[in-house]
This record gives sequence, C-alpha cells and structure tokens, in this order.
Amino acid sequence: MLEAETPVKKVKRKQPLSTDSEWTFELLQIYDREFSRLADKFRLDTYPNQIEVISSEQMLDAYSSVGMPLMYNHWSYGKSFLSNQQNYQRGSMGLAYEIVINSDPCIAYLMEENTMPMQALVIAHACYGHNSFFKGNYLFRQWTDASAIIDYLLFAKSYIAKCEEKYGISAVEDVLDACHALMNQGVNRYQRPTPMSAEQEKARSQEREEYIQRNLNDLWRTIPVRESEKGKQNIRFPKDPEENLLYFIEKNAPLLETWQRELIRIVRKVAQYFYPQRQTQVMNEGWASFWHYHLMHEMYDEGLITEGFIMEFLHSHSSVVYQPDFDDPRYSGINPYTLGFNIYRDIRRICENPTDEDREWFPDLAGTDWLDAVHFAMKNFKDEGFILQYLSPKVMRDMHLFSIDDNEINPYLEVDAIHDDPGYRQLRENLANQYNLGNREPNIQVYNVDVRGDRSLTLRHYMHKGRPLEDDSTNEIIKHVRRLWGFEVKLESVDDENIVQYSFEPPKEKSSADAKP
Amino acid sequence: MSIIIDRRLNGKKKSTVNRQRFLRRYRSLVKEAVQDAVDQRSITDVESGSDISIPKKDLNEPFFHHGQGGHHGHVHPGNKEFNSGDRIQRPPGGGGQGSGDGKASDSGEGADDFAFQINREEFLEYLFDDLELPNLIKKELKDSTDFKMKRAGFTTAGSPDRLNIIRSLRAAHARRIALSGKDRKVIRTLKRELREMEVSTDDVDEQRARKIREEITVLNKKLKRLPFIDDFDLRFNNMTKVPQPSSKAVMFCVMDVSGSMTRDIKDMAKRFFLLLYLFLERNYEAVEVVFIRHHSEARECDENDFFYARETGGTVVSSALRLTDEIITERYSPSEWNIYIAQASDGDNWEADSSKCNDIILKKLLPVCQYYSYVEITDRHHQNLWYEYKSIEQAHPGHFAMQQIRSYGDIYPTFRRLFEKKEGSHAGS
Repeated sequence: MLEAETPVKKVKRKQPLSTDSEWTFELLQIYDREFSRLADKFRLDTYPNQIEVISSEQMLDAYSSVGMPLMYNHWSYGKSFLSNQQNYQRGSMGLAYEIVINSDPCIAYLMEENTMPMQALVIAHACYGHNSFFKGNYLFRQWTDASAIIDYLLFAKSYIAKCEEKYGISAVEDVLDACHALMNQGVNRYQRPTPMSAEQEKARSQEREEYIQRNLNDLWRTIPVRESEKGKQNIRFPKDPEENLLYFIEKNAPLLETWQRELIRIVRKVAQYFYPQRQTQVMNEGWASFWHYHLMHEMYDEGLITEGFIMEFLHSHSSVVYQPDFDDPRYSGINPYTLGFNIYRDIRRICENPTDEDREWFPDLAGTDWLDAVHFAMKNFKDEGFILQYLSPKVMRDMHLFSIDDNEINPYLEVDAIHDDPGYRQLRENLANQYNLGNREPNIQVYNVDVRGDRSLTLRHYMHKGRPLEDDSTNEIIKHVRRLWGFEVKLESVDDENIVQYSFEPPKEKSSADAKP
Repeated sequence: MSIIIDRRLNGKKKSTVNRQRFLRRYRSLVKEAVQDAVDQRSITDVESGSDISIPKKDLNEPFFHHGQGGHHGHVHPGNKEFNSGDRIQRPPGGGGQGSGDGKASDSGEGADDFAFQINREEFLEYLFDDLELPNLIKKELKDSTDFKMKRAGFTTAGSPDRLNIIRSLRAAHARRIALSGKDRKVIRTLKRELREMEVSTDDVDEQRARKIREEITVLNKKLKRLPFIDDFDLRFNNMTKVPQPSSKAVMFCVMDVSGSMTRDIKDMAKRFFLLLYLFLERNYEAVEVVFIRHHSEARECDENDFFYARETGGTVVSSALRLTDEIITERYSPSEWNIYIAQASDGDNWEADSSKCNDIILKKLLPVCQYYSYVEITDRHHQNLWYEYKSIEQAHPGHFAMQQIRSYGDIYPTFRRLFEKKEGSHAGS
C-alpha cells in the first residue's frame, strides 16, 4: 500500500485520522463523524445513517434480491444469485463496493474486504451522497416513503409466504412471474397514490378482500340488456386508456382470487418504489460521485487523510467514473457515473470560473453560488430534464459526444450532431431523449375490454418513432397477461395515426372459463 | 448520528430459498444437465458437486422492450473523426453497437448457457431422481442397539422430571369434586332451608337457624381439609422404548476378471458398480459391499484387487455365484439384510457352466435377494450365458434384470433402465 511509506510533512495540517489501510469500527466511526461535519458544511441534508458491515457472501445475497434487506422469495432472485455467485467465484465480476437503500434510516452496506480508503469512499458516496439525494430529489420525495418501505417489504414477504403455504408455491409463482413481466408497466407515472403505513396496509388488505369481489360483480353483471341499450356497447372500457396495466388488472380482472389481487398490488408497490431510481440514474450516481470526490478532497486539504490514502481513493474514483470510448471493446453505453459527475463538476466550474461561452449558455448560473446551484439541480429534475438543463458545451467537448441517427428506411447510419457549435443543442436534446423513460420503454396501455362480449382485453402499444416491440418476449408476456386476465388478450402496436401496424395474439387456448354471457 | 452495525455474523444463506426455488422450477433442465455431466466425466467424481449449465433462453424473464427497426438515435462518447452529416455503413447484424437502452438482452439470444454449481447432495438427487430400489423391505435388526423413546400415554408413577402438571392438576380437581360431592349437596340443602326461613313470614326459629349455620361451618371446614393435591393425583408422562427398524443392505459385486476382460471393460463395470453403490447408499443407512471376482474360480477380495489386479484364466461364472451363496448363508442372513447382487461380465462363460448358473440363481440366490442385476459389457454377439439369463428374467421379471452396455455412454442410461420406477412391480414388498 502506498500510504504506509508516505510521511505527512505539511505542518499546518491536522493529524491524519489513520495511516493504515486496515479499517476498524472505531475508525469507521471517526471517519463518519468527519464526513458528517463536512456534509453539514455543504448543507447535505440526510436521513440518519445506518451503516452495516457485511461479508462478501452477504453482499451476494443482498445483490440478488434487488438490493433490499428483505424481499419475498422468488426463483428469479435465485437465478440472479446463482449467476452472481458463479461470476464472482470465477473472478469475472467484482462486487459492488456498496449498496444503499432509500429508507429512513438510510441503510448502507459496506463490505468487510474493503480497505479503509475504500470504506471512506463508500461512506462519503452512499451515506452522504445518495442519502441526501434520496431525501432531496423531488421524485423521491413525491413517490416513495423512505420510512415505510422496510415495513412494507416485511408485510409483503410474510403475506406471500402465507399465500404459498395456503395455495402452493406454484400458484403464487404463476402470479408473480406474470406480474414481474409487467413490472415496468405497473407504475403510475403522473399521479401519486396517498402514502400508507404498513399497518394500515394490512388492515386495508383485509377490507379489500371482501370489497373488491363485491364491486367486481357489478362490472361483470350478466343480467340481460334491453335492446335499446345495445347501442351503447361500443363505448370502450376503460373510457380512457390506462397506463398502469397491473393496477388495471388488479382492479378489474374478473376471475382472480383476492389473494392474487393482493400479490399484484405488492409487485406494483415495489415497482413504484423503484421507479424514481430508474429515472434519476445519472443524477443520483453523479451526485454521489461528485460528493465523495469533494468530501475526500476536503478531508485531504484539512490534513485528515494522508497522501497515500488520497492516491488510493483517486485510483478507485477514476475507475468508477471511467468512460470507455464507443469503439472500445469494454464500451456498453454511457457511464451514468461519468456523465453525472462531469455535469455537476461543470456546474460548479460555471459558477466559479465562467467563460464567455458559459455566460452565453448559462446566464443564470455564471458567477452565482455554486452550492446553491448544485443543490437546486439535484432537487428539481430527473435525468432528461437535468441533461437538457445543464449539459454544457464543455462537457460535450470533453466527452467527445456525438449522436447517431438510426432510421430503418435508410441503408446507412447518419451522424446528425457532434460536439461543435451547430451540434450542441441537437446533441443535448438527443441525449436527454435517450434518458426519457417514456421513449426508452414501450408505451403500452389498456385500450379496451369487451365487457359485453367475450371479455377479451385489448392492449395498445403506441409506437414511438416507428419502433416495434421485440417479438419473442412480447408473445411471452401476452401469455402472462392472459393468465392474469383469464380471457383472451390481444396487443396491437399502433402508429402515430392510430393505425394498427402489428398485432400480437396468443394461440387460442381452450379456456376453462369461456362462459359467454 | 450514524449507527454502525456489524452484520457479518448474521445469516449468510439468505438466498438459499430462492436458489431452491430456481432449481425446483428448472428441475427437468437441471436433470438433463446432470445426466450429460455423468456421461462426460469419470464416475469416480460423481461424488463431488457439479457445474451445471442450462440454455439461457429457457429461463428468460420477459419484459416489454423495443425490437429492431424504427427510427431512433443514440448518443455515444469518444468521437474521433466523425463530422455531422457523415454517413456510416450499418454494421452487419443490424442493431448497431449498444442498443442505447442499456440492456443488451435482445442480442445474443441463446448463444451462451446459464452456468452454476450444485453440491453433491443435489447432484445425487437429480442423478437418482425417479429411480427406486425394487423390493425394498425394512428388516428389523435383531441385536439393534437403536432404540427410540416414544410417548405412550400417562402413568401414576414416574420420576419427577416426567411430571405432567396439567394431567396431575386435572386429576386432583376430579378427585376433589368426587370426594366433596355429598357434603356440598348437604350444604346446599341446608342453605336453601336457611334462606327459606329468612324470607318466610313466620317467626324465625332461631335455634334451628343457629344449628344450620353451625352445621354449614362444620361441613365447610371439612371441605377445606380435602387436600388440594394428593400423591395419587400425580400423573407422569410415560415413555417406552421402541426398537428402531433399521434397514441395512449388502451389495455383492460380482465381476469376471478372466483374460477376456480388458481394462476398458473393467472400467465400465467399475462405473456401473459405483453408481449402484451411491444409489444404495442413499436408500439405506448402512451399505456393505462384498467384492467377488472370478475367472475359473472365485475369490472374495477388496476393492483395489477387485478393479485392478490382473489375472487370467478361463471363465466359470457358477463358481462366483456359489461363493456368493456361501457368503450369504455365513454372514448375511436374509431376515436381517437387504441383499442386492450386481454382476458384470463380458458374456463369456464356459459352455457347460451356464445351466449351472441358472440353477444356482433360481434355487439359491433369487429366493433370498432383493434384486439381481446383470450387465453384459460387450459389443459382440451374445453367448449362451445371456440366453440362460434371459429365461430367468422372463420368469422373475421383478427380481431379475439384465442389460447390455456397449460404450461409456450407455452406463447411466442402462442404470436408469434397471432401476426405473415401475408401477405395480412390487412383487416382494
């Protein structure tokens, strides 16, 4: 290790907190106290931290259940555990240094194998970076309940375990598989349900049990319709398309048992909890990287850490924010750590040392207080807006960004913008679009249910720029939806003019409940 | 304000359940993979766990995503020579590098396998899945030291540590009710009389009233003297010793080691015996193995000699069978042991001997053994031994089975055929 041989010479500096690369619990505490002091200085508002030291095996466990400390049982987590384990043992994958959970208190896992500089980096990154992001960003504030998530998962886990006991593992698995396939379509994008505590949740789940079934019967009432009312049948149900497929199915599928509805609800809630994280990858990782970088340098400036320590830190840091070029074999898309880190750094630069270009592009930022600026940027955006708002020409130049236009009607790809004067705006817009979940994920909605006919469900995929759905998985999912819905399901891809381009229908099964009214 | 917790001592096996769920779901695929693995590797390391790989495309978790086509843009870093307006040839394969979605799952479909490890127990479980030992009977061991204490009701005598409090108190309660019944009846009538005297409009007979009160007091005192709990109320949990039926098996490995048995053939035989051994080991608590090798005469030997010692000579199978019979009578009484005999040979036998074998098997061995399996390791024509045995198989289908092995790849399938679960073939059990 480097730091052992490097003596600290500067006189005015404080005594370094440690010189050894081994960590101890006392040292963790001391470092955490220092970080906490610095975080206050930079107005990082955080949930209380709960730092848990775990072994690599436990890290593998945590990894495999989407990072949550407790999660219901499902084979897919076993699958990811097996593949992680295999990759880890073969050495083809390193473990993440940390996992941090958006909860109150904010739980962060440190691995025991890490050296002291690594632990310090992780504490700064997770416990002060991510933590303050979870508490500050508007999406998290609006959509997730940090204080309730652990309780809710506990409720979900025991509820699902009970269902397994009562109805069998396979029956539960069928529902969960189907729900997992629809997970990304199981979130409300625009409207937030009122938060609820775990106890309320439990009480409600019992109430719902009777209530839902009663209400359903109304929808599926089979009393004969008078001739005069037949004309009304072309009114669609639901009247407006519904984007949350899981919600729609939970509330309206005619044949589901109440416990199955509750399972759908659980998956839906979990999906909703993770939704903000999927929308703020660049901002979140960038913010955490920005602050670990800053806090560590602050510590170094005060003399609290040795030169060797900061060298090891910088080494880790640069591998975290390393961005391979597009023609590098290691390239797998833009590294969100790099992009986010660069943008936050650049905001600070624009505030402190603006150039003429910056004054032209960011008149509101140039020369203002950088701390206010980064906090504002962290709090009020999601990735697409953040990029659109703050990606500066300098960052585009530094990263040598360029945009490729891939249109299937052309036999070639075209470079439509690069990091030059005419290209900046276009490039920035394209990159922002790339992070827009609405463009990235297919837009699929519940279009109609043939309430008076064969009860078949029609989903519509509103195509974005003519992009079709991938066939194999779509067909698989339709089967899953069919299992939940209980009757025929059809999915149509429609273009901008509402003309059906593709249509997916599962081969007709002999349905057990093909009772036509 | 931060709390630091050491969680390293917490459970590490949080994923065990999920792992089992995964194996359960893909049971058939894993089984196939295990069978492939058995064919590939030397049977001696069947004992360890195994790397299992199953096709990835079978375990996809589908999610809605875009396929090829349409109109989209990607932003990439690291531009070197491109200018706006440059046209690039579409890379072969269509997609262009990096789907831009950050999810590469739509490419490389089924190209690679999903690999993971299973341990020995799991490996054997898949290996012997759906197989069963024919005619398995639990035999009681005469001098078994294996007893289990079982609850057997309650007794009135026992050591204090077996005292059953609920039963004891219940008995005491019953006794108290029984013994006090008469007195309480008297008290009740006296009390009623007293009350009637009080409410009646007639003059109260003070003397009589006092007498009644006194009587009630006396009776109440008498009731109080009843002991709350007495010696004969006590109940004790009764335990009895139950001998554990323990099943033991002995496996006779009989192999021809005459000159015609080449190294290869012996190796195949060894693999077969090992499979059988592992299988028996899973079904019985204790399995003993007796190795009998023979050429023109038979000899009991240890494992090493059995597989590796070289000998030459003619082949008289009956000698080995006779020795087997002797050993059974001497050491393995059929009332105590499940007896399995496995014979491997290349089919050679001295012409006149085969009918003798037939005789010994039918008269001596089959009546005492659970199952007799014969594998012939040869790719030549069958000789008379095979046909003799064939007649036995037809006569005793549940107890005698024979198969032919031609190459290494046949060993496991043959083994499976011999021990397949058969419905309604439980002749002896």
